[in-house]
Formats: sequence, C-alpha cells, structure tokens
Amino acid sequence: MSGDALRISDALLRRIHAHGVETYPHECCGALLGKDGETSREVVELLPLANRRDDSPRNRFEVTPSDVQRAEKKAREMRVDVVGWYHSHPDAPARPSEFDREHAWPWYSYIIVSVEAGDPRDTKSWRLRDDRSAYDPEVIESVAQSASI
Amino acid sequence: MAVKVIIPTPLRAYAGKQESAEMEAGTVREALAGLTTRFGELKKHLYSDDGRLRSFVNVYVNDEDIRYLEKEDTQLRDGDIVSIVPSIAGGTSK
Repeated sequence: MSGDALRISDALLRRIHAHGVETYPHECCGALLGKDGETSREVVELLPLANRRDDSPRNRFEVTPSDVQRAEKKAREMRVDVVGWYHSHPDAPARPSEFDREHAWPWYSYIIVSVEAGDPRDTKSWRLRDDRSAYDPEVIESVAQSASI
Repeated sequence: MAVKVIIPTPLRAYAGKQESAEMEAGTVREALAGLTTRFGELKKHLYSDDGRLRSFVNVYVNDEDIRYLEKEDTQLRDGDIVSIVPSIAGGTSK
C-alpha cells in the first residue's frame, strides 16, 4: 500500500462531476476501480452507484454490502481493485465530515466533490489515518488519459 | 471448527496482506476474536470503543448475513466461509 498521490484522468473526474450534478441536490456515490502501487495509486474506471439513503439523500450516502460486492466483482473482472469511493457534498465543502470519519475504512481513497447550486466546484481526495483520528488529504494527480490496464 | 475468514481489501494491509485466514472457531464471535488476536491492528477498524462491531462492518457466513442468523453467536461448521464485507457511508455534517 502507498500512494501519496491519486492519479485519475480528466475524463473520469468529469464523470464524477457530472454524476454530482445529475443527482444534485442529493448526494451521488460510486466506486473507484484501479491499481494500488508502491508509490502511487491510479483510478482506471468508475462504477456509479445508487445512493441507498432514501431517507436523507441530501446529506447522506450509503453503498450497501451487495453494491460493494458488485463493485468488487467488476474490479476482479478488470483485474484491478476497488481502491476507493467517491461522493458529492451538495452545497457543502469537499472535506470529510465527522460523520464521514466515523464511517470510513482505512486504505481506501475517498474523493469528495462539492456541488454548489448545481455546479461542481472543489474536488479533493482523502485517506483515513491508521488510528482513525482524522483524514489526511491525498494529492489528486490529474492525467490526460488513464494508463491501459 | 476449521473455518476461513475472508479479509476485505481495505484491511489486508493490517493483516500481513493476506486475503484470508484459516482458524479454529465455534462461533462468529470466536472467529473474529481469533482474527483480531492474530492481527491486532484490525481491532479498531472492526469494533467501536464500546466493543461492538461497527455498523458498517457486515459479516456473512457463507452467503448469509449474520444479522439474520444468531449475529455473533452464529454457530460455525467445518469448512464455513466467514466474510467481512464493507458497507460505505458518509455525507455532509449538515
């Protein structure tokens, strides 16, 4: 495991933004499929998922275990891993909330896009510390095109 | 009972990069206790401070969610597969 940077293509970032706009004012969510290397991590595909929090979709998202398993199956078929998750914060900053931290897993990259008044703004990635005390920002290295897998 | 515990991807870094662990356990509780004894770093990610399994940690015996069985007291048989499957949640603080 490592990755002081998360490599992702502009095209995939635009798809995350488009998903956040499509579901606004509700939160969107999806899986980041990619490869975890010694020095960097690269996202090569996305799997947009339904937000299962029907009771509070404006400020919560949930990916069920069966959707997680579906994402892992797709990743296996592509010979990559689920390396993280993305979600949107409608009309809120692209930084993790306390609720995010309480529910986070280590190791995964968590991309958050803030969508303000329907427009995508900041996009940031975060990793939970090993001791669960906080998130650390992860540099997003935007690349023109994903490496072939 | 000899069972296999499947370790989810985000926790493998805390379990010697293993995808699974074989152990002797009579119940799910014993299987998870065995796992966290072997790999101490896993404990804080599976259990909250009050000792309960975290809400986003889902455990299956073969394909059955233990919430619909006997939860952590679910009995295990030889050859059972115990899978730890994440659910993912979050959202804004509003």
